[in-house]
Amino acid sequence: MRLITGLLLPDEGKIEVFGLNPARDPLSVQRLLGYMPQRFGLYEDLTVQENLELYAELRSLSPAERPARFRELLAMAGLTPFTSRLVGHLSGGMKQKLGLACALLGHPKLLLLDEPTVGVDPLSRRQLWQIIHRQVQAQGLTVFVSTAYLDEAERCAQVLLLHQGRLIGQGAPADLMARMRGRSFQVKVPSEASKRALARQLADRPDIADAVVLGNTLRLVTQAPASPALPPGLVPEPTPPRLEDYFIATIRQMAAFRPYIPLDLGRKRNAVPEAVIEVQNLKRKFGDFYAVHDVSFSVNRGEVFGLLGANGAGKTTTFRMLCGLLPVSGGKAYVAGVDLRRAPAKARARIGYMAQRFSLYGELSVAENLRFFASTYGLRGPMLRDALHWAFSSFNLEPFRNLAAKDLPLGYKQRLALACSLLHQPEILFLDEPTAGVDPLARREFWHHINSLAEQGVTVLVSTHFLQEAEFCDRLLLLQAGQVLACGAPEAIRRLAASPDNPAPTLEEAFIRLLETTP
Amino acid sequence: MPRLLALIYKEFLILLKDWRSRLVVIAPPLIQLFIFSYAATYDLTRIPYAVFDQDRSALSHEVLAHFRGSKQFVEVAYLSHDRDIAALIDRRRVLLVLHLGPDFEERIKHGQPAKLQVILDGRNSNTARIALRYVQAIIGQFNQNIGAQRAAPLVQTRAWFNENLQSRWFIVPGLTALLTLVVAMVTCALTVAREREQGTFDQLLVTPLTPLEILIGKTVPSFIIGLAEGTLILVAAVTWFGIPFRGSLGLFYFALALYLLSAIGVGLMISSIARTQQQGLFGAFMFLVPAVILSGFATPIENMPEPIQYLTRLNPMRYFLTLARQSFLADSSFAQLWPELWPMALIGAVTLTLAAWLFRHRLY
Amino acid sequence: MSRLVALIRKEFLQIARDPGSYATAFVLPLVLLLLFGYGVSLDARRVPLALVAEQLDSTVQDLLSGFYHSEYFVPISMPTMAQAQTWLLRGQVQGIVHLRLDFTRRLKNGQEAQVQLIVNGIDANTARLVEGYVSGVVETWWKRSLRKRLATPRVEVEARIWFNPEAKSRNFLVPGLIAVIMTLIGALLTSLVIAREWERGTLEALLATEVLSGEWVLAKLIAYFLLGNGGWGLAVAMAMGLFDVPLRGSIWLLWVSSALFLLVALGIGLLISSLSKNQFVAAQIALIVTYLPAFLLSGFLFDIASMPKMIQLLTYLMPARYYVTVLQTLFLAGDVWSLLWPNLFVLLALAILFLGLTFKCSPKRLA
Repeated sequence: MRLITGLLLPDEGKIEVFGLNPARDPLSVQRLLGYMPQRFGLYEDLTVQENLELYAELRSLSPAERPARFRELLAMAGLTPFTSRLVGHLSGGMKQKLGLACALLGHPKLLLLDEPTVGVDPLSRRQLWQIIHRQVQAQGLTVFVSTAYLDEAERCAQVLLLHQGRLIGQGAPADLMARMRGRSFQVKVPSEASKRALARQLADRPDIADAVVLGNTLRLVTQAPASPALPPGLVPEPTPPRLEDYFIATIRQMAAFRPYIPLDLGRKRNAVPEAVIEVQNLKRKFGDFYAVHDVSFSVNRGEVFGLLGANGAGKTTTFRMLCGLLPVSGGKAYVAGVDLRRAPAKARARIGYMAQRFSLYGELSVAENLRFFASTYGLRGPMLRDALHWAFSSFNLEPFRNLAAKDLPLGYKQRLALACSLLHQPEILFLDEPTAGVDPLARREFWHHINSLAEQGVTVLVSTHFLQEAEFCDRLLLLQAGQVLACGAPEAIRRLAASPDNPAPTLEEAFIRLLETTP
Repeated sequence: MPRLLALIYKEFLILLKDWRSRLVVIAPPLIQLFIFSYAATYDLTRIPYAVFDQDRSALSHEVLAHFRGSKQFVEVAYLSHDRDIAALIDRRRVLLVLHLGPDFEERIKHGQPAKLQVILDGRNSNTARIALRYVQAIIGQFNQNIGAQRAAPLVQTRAWFNENLQSRWFIVPGLTALLTLVVAMVTCALTVAREREQGTFDQLLVTPLTPLEILIGKTVPSFIIGLAEGTLILVAAVTWFGIPFRGSLGLFYFALALYLLSAIGVGLMISSIARTQQQGLFGAFMFLVPAVILSGFATPIENMPEPIQYLTRLNPMRYFLTLARQSFLADSSFAQLWPELWPMALIGAVTLTLAAWLFRHRLY
Repeated sequence: MSRLVALIRKEFLQIARDPGSYATAFVLPLVLLLLFGYGVSLDARRVPLALVAEQLDSTVQDLLSGFYHSEYFVPISMPTMAQAQTWLLRGQVQGIVHLRLDFTRRLKNGQEAQVQLIVNGIDANTARLVEGYVSGVVETWWKRSLRKRLATPRVEVEARIWFNPEAKSRNFLVPGLIAVIMTLIGALLTSLVIAREWERGTLEALLATEVLSGEWVLAKLIAYFLLGNGGWGLAVAMAMGLFDVPLRGSIWLLWVSSALFLLVALGIGLLISSLSKNQFVAAQIALIVTYLPAFLLSGFLFDIASMPKMIQLLTYLMPARYYVTVLQTLFLAGDVWSLLWPNLFVLLALAILFLGLTFKCSPKRLA
């Protein structure tokens, strides 16, 4: 991406953009393109209008054209009421749309978007794609997007699939998916309890490329277009392939087959389901404003529970209250049987927390990070040694032992962050946007880890923007304007949003529909 | 306790692991120590001067010989016209011109006082004054030589503690106060903001560590680095610059500890308020600049107007500065240093309490 | 051109929205000026001084009255040396003037009479000042008493301090401070600005537009140059209006030299910023390379000629050295062209050097 804009120079090879070489003639190339970098490249201490004016000037938009263009783009981005607001005070989705508007200002012929939807809620993501499609149709714009979300890639006309710097697939998504025809299946699981163990067993089989738990079904991808032989009682039903299937299957074919090692916390699942998180009429006030108002739900032991919501819906606030990062203003909240209002510190010893963007001490080495977090949870002597040994071997971190955490590849950062939050064998694991920006393979592996934890009775609470990920959860909680919009299993939520013209909505469609139909 | 130790160990690693941040902790204080010690002196060693001798007599030569023989004066020019005086001084070629009138020897021979006119460049009036004092000392000596019985009574000065009144003996002990303050402030004013920017602060807060433990974990490394810095300057002062240390080491370190605690209190207050490292840095700067100026480090507090003198009482550096100078040069007792000790303890208690309060209230 | 204006406008908006920036540009200079103008002084006045006379005859009284009339001292008469010494140790007096029993007798007999002065050497600078003031009082008294009798063959020092006859330290501290303030705005503030765009990822967006790399550096330069001029105006107005520092040279020369120095400082600041990419490191380097030298190695407080040779050589590398010379000359002496030319020339050369380096080293690509 940066090579195309001429921001980086290639070591070898050649790039041509509209017949120009960006390495030699970056300015002429830059005149033709609009670029939105990962963090949107906006000045946070300037207002929306000021950012637009600055970029209009930088992209040589003539002053006469400006008012109309601003009006058009602002309306398109839904930012018209916010022109005088500081960008720093906008939500992630609004920033993203403004970033896009700024990139589109100069009527570019080519639009480059670098991971445009990281940290952005599904509603904003959909609006972004609508804007892009409109621009492509109306202006004949070429759009070049980089993304780690393959459902997003399916919306593109052409995709290049890269893995470890190598091209593993190229073509129209439909063509690529067509190659997978007859290899994707859905299987209803007979019992809740065994679905994860089953998925793991199947994922380890050489003839199966991918096996994931989606609610009460398993999704399987086979290595050859044939129905897989399954244990008795399981009936594979063909299902439309996804681009992600192609990606995973291709990588699994290329790489030497490595069976997946389940995480072993050395703990057995408690047979009796009991609520480990109980929330009743939870409230949180900021000034006069209720960020969370009367939220109630409970999470059982060993459950993977997803927290969903648009930006500003109170998702992060609820999440932070349950980890003890934010005091509760009203209502009751019990975590691991401890009243958060009375003894938050006691509750903290029993939870693990993995923050957004894997907050590690970048300067410290992998070993130092692990040792530090283990010690803060009071591990000492042989227990500390065992915990570190467990982390190194289970997460395959040994080769990176002395590398500074900031130099780790993103997938390994995620592993290290997960390892750090599991060292003290917590009963409850909190994951805040755990796979933002991580590639599908690492994401797959991460969810295998989560599933094996849940199997061992660890309760997992996930907050996410990524609805494909939400499907991996047992139950979901949808928040809107600080209140509960819906709560239940993914299928139940899909059913809730079913309508005559769309009887089987995807989770994303369901989510958006629920948001739109509720005042 | 082991949790706390782990936290402290981690803070140290972060401060000292990366060569750049290590450099920031170690190099600037050393550079400052040497530049300050050598550059910050009010003693003049080479005063460039010119002579305009209209008398050119034996006596005028004798007077001038005193200047030529002095180590502090360097003769740059010998003038024959008084219009040259302005040119030399204006261009800063000389700091002063000695002008002896045509009747210089004549007047002395007739038992009259003779005038030595000294024309000084007053652009830096402090330097001019010091140079003038040197001239007066030389002339005083000369008068003694030509007729002791008629000369003014000699002012015989005895300086306690710093017999030769060397500026360096005054500046270098002061550096123990200045540089430890800078290092302690800079290291702790940024720690919380850095964790906020990196997002590790939340990660730290969800561990069973209590806010107090986190606060202590942030305090101890700055404290120890401050102590090490103080020790380094102490050793350099005694071995490299040959400044005596006459006081009690125990008392010095006790005071240094109190001083560091009060400085760290201020640093942590800034740290708890600052959202970004940049804000932390500006905050530290906004405190350091006035604190150094109002400490008596370069200019005495007694010269300041009364209201400002009261203001200096809030400044922990003021107390430790006095105490450090006393400890180096005089052997003061605990009782004599008590007036410097208790305000530091009080300031430390107040700032640390405030820092803890702010820290708790800015957690979320 | 309009692109440049837009970029400059952006810089100003950012400055206006960032408390840290305008605090450094205006509040800190104001605090420094007030402290140096009102608070700090190298001229000791009203120094508490103990007087111990073992015999109080008319001669001694005549001498001691000189201390009571001096504006430099607050004399306190004490019966015994022991008491005076305790006071000196406690720092309640800065010195002790001690006249022995035989002072008057020896003086009358034409023998060597001594005025003994004991000072607390811990503050060596004040001790020196006290010594000078005491000698002055004794000298004045002696001249006065001699005139009553007969003239003596002796050399009298007659001092004329040009440019600053009353030797007010404010008159040289405040002009020198302008150099420190210009450094604050020019180097310390700008050292952060490019690093900040690196850290926030806005540089990437900027570089991908058709903006020339020279253009946005120029925009920052112009914005902070104007800001620096604001600081300069504030400092000069306060120096002349509030502190009555005379300006004997011409104001346009003062502005030209300040503008040159500001360009040098901006060049250094932006250079540090574009090389370091990290705000914390940039600020540290700026502090060591520009701010401290402006205080210590510029001749603002301490006499350069008296520094060791090595340090003197170092001062030649410090732009502040040339600027402080120009400032002190323009304020107190006037337009001394023979002195101003070489200094202004060096500043011009440094400005060209650092600005050239800045434009050359400003990032055009990410790696």
